[in-house]
Amino acid sequence: MERITTDSSMAAMQANETRLQALFVLGLQGDAQAYQHFLKDLSTHLRAFFKRRLAALPDEIEDLVQDTLMAIHNQRHTYNQTSPLTAWVHAIGRYKLIDLFRRRAVRENLNDPLEDDLAVFASCDIDAVDAQRDIAKMMVQLPDNQRLPIMHMKLEGLSVSETAQITHMSESAVKVGVHRGLKALAALMKGT
Amino acid sequence: MQTHDLISMLASQVEPVNRQALLKDCALQLGAGLLVATLVMVAVFGINPALREALAQPMFWVKLAYPASLASLGLGLAWLAGAPGRSLGWLLRSLAVPVLLMLALAAVVMFNAEMPQRNALVFGTTWKVCAMSITLVSAPLFVAAIWALKSLAPTRLRLAGAAAGLLAGAAGTLVYAFHCPELAAPFVALWYTAGIAVPTLVGAALGPKLLRW
Repeated sequence: MERITTDSSMAAMQANETRLQALFVLGLQGDAQAYQHFLKDLSTHLRAFFKRRLAALPDEIEDLVQDTLMAIHNQRHTYNQTSPLTAWVHAIGRYKLIDLFRRRAVRENLNDPLEDDLAVFASCDIDAVDAQRDIAKMMVQLPDNQRLPIMHMKLEGLSVSETAQITHMSESAVKVGVHRGLKALAALMKGT
Repeated sequence: MQTHDLISMLASQVEPVNRQALLKDCALQLGAGLLVATLVMVAVFGINPALREALAQPMFWVKLAYPASLASLGLGLAWLAGAPGRSLGWLLRSLAVPVLLMLALAAVVMFNAEMPQRNALVFGTTWKVCAMSITLVSAPLFVAAIWALKSLAPTRLRLAGAAAGLLAGAAGTLVYAFHCPELAAPFVALWYTAGIAVPTLVGAALGPKLLRW
């Protein structure tokens, strides 16, 4: 693999950090459009980051991108807005990668040291291949009080109050259902 | 589901994140652990009947300050270990400060003591039960600390487990100190440290299992 050390790529990484961080912070404040933009951009960086390190398991790349996006979403409250986003994303991506290696017991195939640099925003890759698993199918396994809020709010784009009306749940139960449901979904993804 | 569909799903109707609520939840969890630990200390061991006299002794306050400083560092370490990508370096190294100060004080006390008293300074009357009692009092705090860490995102699980164990062990020791009748610096330096080390090592051992997400 080519080491990225030139000044221009450092500047590009810094630019990505600044841009992604601004989008993420807006997303944390509830700006769905900025958040979607952030996740889309992030997924290209994660894909490139994992592709370089998963030469032995090419079929796993897209699943791992999805795993990591879910993890970043579910754990987004742990991001401290005064610290660099690159380090936060890198630590989660690295954790998910090592977790995958552990599950697949292919640690020896780790051909690229992971501690080396924080180059997670150094390159991007927009060629998403099909994921092996289907998150939509996994959702069936969730209990109704999680599945229905996710379905209405996250897939149909209804508001909290609309979802509460349809499901006869309280608004806070709807929010909790989405939150717990996405965490349960992340756990189901890990189990496959 | 394709990745772009997943992204649309995650972003749809996204709620603002409330970090204050996270802090509050963690504080409540740890507070509950501290309360249960205190109840365990009072119910199982009882408050030191000579506590009133002990309050006048400077050594009593040293005996509290030592675990209190380690508990604060454990809290900071656990918090940072729960946040991906944060460096723990200087905080980890600063653990040496209270431990070395305590050891230095113990050494001075031993040096100034007559030979026949030295045994009593190290072993007191409760050395056999000290570390195990601290571990027992720390158990509810350990559960609380692991529980709180699970709502964060630890990526170095062994380190995060050890930090939770250190927080629990040191806070448990602080609680146990209200029962413990010992007032000798060498005793505190040896047995309190051992008592704090047990939950720390348990945390390091169990971290990868308990904290995986």
